[in-house]
Amino acid sequence: MKRLIPTSLVIAATAATSVQANEEVNVYSYRQPFLMQPIFDAFTKDTGIDVNVVFAKKGLTERLKREGKNSPADLVFTVDIGRLSEVVEAGVVQGVTTPELENNIPAQYHGPDGQWYGLTTRARVIYASKERVAKDAIKTYEDLAKPEWKGKICTRSGKHPYNVALIASMIANNGEAETEKWLKAVKDNLAQKPQGNDRAQVKAIKEGVCDLAIGNNYYYGKMLMDEEQSAWARSVNIVFPNQGDRGTHVNISGVSLTKSAPNKDNAIKLMNFLSEATAQQIYAEQNFEYPVKPGVGPSALVASWGEFKADKLPLNEIAKYRNQAVKLVDRTGFDN
Amino acid sequence: MQTQATTPPLHRVFRNPWFLSSAFIAFMVGLPIIAVFYLAFYPEENIWPHLLDTVLSGYVSSTLILMTGVGSLSLFMGVGSAWLVTMCKFPGRKMLEWALLLPFAVPAYVIAYVYTDLLEYAGIVQGTLRELFGWSSYKEYWFPEIRSMGGAITMMALVLYPYVYLMSRAAFLEQSMSLFSVSRNLGHTPLQSFFRVSLPVARPAIAVGLSLVLMETLNDFGTVDFFAVKTLTAGLYDTWLNMGNLGGAAQIASLMLIFVVTLIYMERFSRRKQKQFESKNQGQSLEQFQLSGVKAAAATFFCLLPVVTGFLIPISVLGYYAYHYFEVSWTSKFVSHAMNSFTLSIIAATTTIVIGVTLAYSKRLNSSGITSLLVRFSGLGYAMPGAVLAVGIIVPFAAFDNALDDFLRVNFGVSTGLLLSGTTFAIIFAYTVRFLAVSAGSVESSLAKVTPSMDMASRSLGRNNLSTLLRVHLPIIRGGILTAALVVFVDCMKELPATLILRPFNFETLATHVYQFASDELLEQSALAALIIVLVGILPVIFLSKSISSTRTKK
Repeated sequence: MKRLIPTSLVIAATAATSVQANEEVNVYSYRQPFLMQPIFDAFTKDTGIDVNVVFAKKGLTERLKREGKNSPADLVFTVDIGRLSEVVEAGVVQGVTTPELENNIPAQYHGPDGQWYGLTTRARVIYASKERVAKDAIKTYEDLAKPEWKGKICTRSGKHPYNVALIASMIANNGEAETEKWLKAVKDNLAQKPQGNDRAQVKAIKEGVCDLAIGNNYYYGKMLMDEEQSAWARSVNIVFPNQGDRGTHVNISGVSLTKSAPNKDNAIKLMNFLSEATAQQIYAEQNFEYPVKPGVGPSALVASWGEFKADKLPLNEIAKYRNQAVKLVDRTGFDN
Repeated sequence: MQTQATTPPLHRVFRNPWFLSSAFIAFMVGLPIIAVFYLAFYPEENIWPHLLDTVLSGYVSSTLILMTGVGSLSLFMGVGSAWLVTMCKFPGRKMLEWALLLPFAVPAYVIAYVYTDLLEYAGIVQGTLRELFGWSSYKEYWFPEIRSMGGAITMMALVLYPYVYLMSRAAFLEQSMSLFSVSRNLGHTPLQSFFRVSLPVARPAIAVGLSLVLMETLNDFGTVDFFAVKTLTAGLYDTWLNMGNLGGAAQIASLMLIFVVTLIYMERFSRRKQKQFESKNQGQSLEQFQLSGVKAAAATFFCLLPVVTGFLIPISVLGYYAYHYFEVSWTSKFVSHAMNSFTLSIIAATTTIVIGVTLAYSKRLNSSGITSLLVRFSGLGYAMPGAVLAVGIIVPFAAFDNALDDFLRVNFGVSTGLLLSGTTFAIIFAYTVRFLAVSAGSVESSLAKVTPSMDMASRSLGRNNLSTLLRVHLPIIRGGILTAALVVFVDCMKELPATLILRPFNFETLATHVYQFASDELLEQSALAALIIVLVGILPVIFLSKSISSTRTKK
């Protein structure tokens, strides 16, 4: 426990920066620690390197930018391709490549120059009520705009990065004008104003507020694991949209090496570790995400939802349309 | 209009140590605010045409509606209950006097989660109703939607009214009994006396409380985000995080300052032409009205309602979940999280009080326009949304760290790295900047009630300013100071956005720990930590509340 007297603080801070105690790696994370901790623990056990974390949902990129070359951070963990490309655009990360990363992470899941690496993928799926929606009644994201779903759809805010990425992928595939029409029509089909998180939408289906919801696939697994929430999950079928054409929209969570990385070697060790089977398995088993490493399967539960075809559009493409997507949400008044 | 004492010539003002220290404070506190303005000059793109075309009018109107709603409701609950517990005797008064402060320790985002959990369709309330009446779907009956403007207003008022309660109670306690007695002797009913005497005299303090409530409301992100109410703050974060336009967000923050300056102006305006002084802290106890029968029951009910809804219910729900999810949520680190929260909050509260007293007192000593301006300016940190303020702090801190590091490397070949950035010092600095308005405002309104003849007497007896402050003023305004310290302490315990962004590695406070889970709407797993925030927060609340009321009865 630190003594928090400001003067001793300054001294302590100086001491901390000038004396490197045992081996460590410093992480800025946009992902909650409780999702990452088991993997970090495994890494520490394996290598003896301590992992120090600062978690926040915003502001870490600005912090990195301002701290500049003296920043203590080695790695940034992000969710969503939008956030990843933001970190890259801010110019606070550096490219890195190792044989492990090359072998473990398929080309479409990392930046061309190694400035970011995807570690897991997640599919943006449609949850359909088992009771009220016939099998195969909904097959594509485009179907969500059909008038027959009027007053039957629930989703979280259109501004949430997961939805922004989905809308951006629609723009990339169908063009902006078409997507604007689609978004308007989906808005007209909403059962309630966008609110709550992905799980809350499934809960709303269970309650009969709506019949269809948009959400990430891993929440299905998480809900099944929770005593109270498993009933919500059991009330829906999981639908992977657009299997007949381009495939389901997927997003990633990933990691980048900072420009300033004071513990670069350890940071790269951790990156490699995250791309290897052990860590990939923890991601799959505990968070129900899809591992990126070929050959590492999803958890048995996730596998039971079946194989699916993912949209092959490079994620960098999707990131390009982010800003347009956000503005479409404002223009169509989607969240109002 | 009172004529001011003639102001000293400027060159003397500039040499005055009090003036110099307030100028220095204003400069330090102003750094982050200036940094935010600086960011506003470099937007990633000009977002205004898009905002004006689409969402801005909605942001502004929601903000106004929310502030009006929370303000009125807080005034009603806060002033009403403060007057009742100060002036009347009724069953439970003694306990309610401090219990009315309890909701203060509950963070707004936590109460929002709790009530959503209770009142939404799947919650226990509607579930029970459906059982009772045999309804089977949500289409068969109407129930108020918790995730709405009305819900947000209610939630925030429930945890913010204690500001008004605290300030107005301190004012009622400090009021000279003789004023009230005169009013009664002149034939006014107690109620008339309240409206014609007590309320106008307490108005400056109530205005301080209300402006704090409104600033908090303007600043809130957690609750409005959760209830999908699109206020300016929600829009600001949206511009920053979803459009990747920090400059645009800083511009919205600057726009919000217009709101704040208006608030401050209104507060000043409400105090115009007002100068009443207490010659001393009279030893006489208040004569309280003994209420009986229906009136007593009504008074008890009126004061009990905010305590039950703002504290007991949320605490019970949190307690229930904490108990049921104890296995998953208990971590041995809780003790250190609690220590972190507690230590930071104590240091920050002390710092803001010392600085707040310095500012308020230097303003008293030379009421030149420039000093007033500096003091006003120092309060602006409260108006910035926490996360934006944090970025505003990172800018000068990191610039200083890097400049120092470069200088030392070039000249002495040593590297200091980041000296201030990412330390607890940065967090304490943030708390101080953020909550200075709270302490300065509160101290100022107490100080304003001390008659200048006290200063003159003390000075003519050969005391200098500092010793006059320490020996004469501080004992008189002890109640006001304790109130301010308490408010700042609890605010720091709950503070989230700035703490998240500025903290060192592996550093958790209770609030940041709650947020991990709460941000994923996992109320069950965050309940235990939320409960601890509240419990750690209420200890000083109760302690200070007792010492505030004892300022009245001490001989």
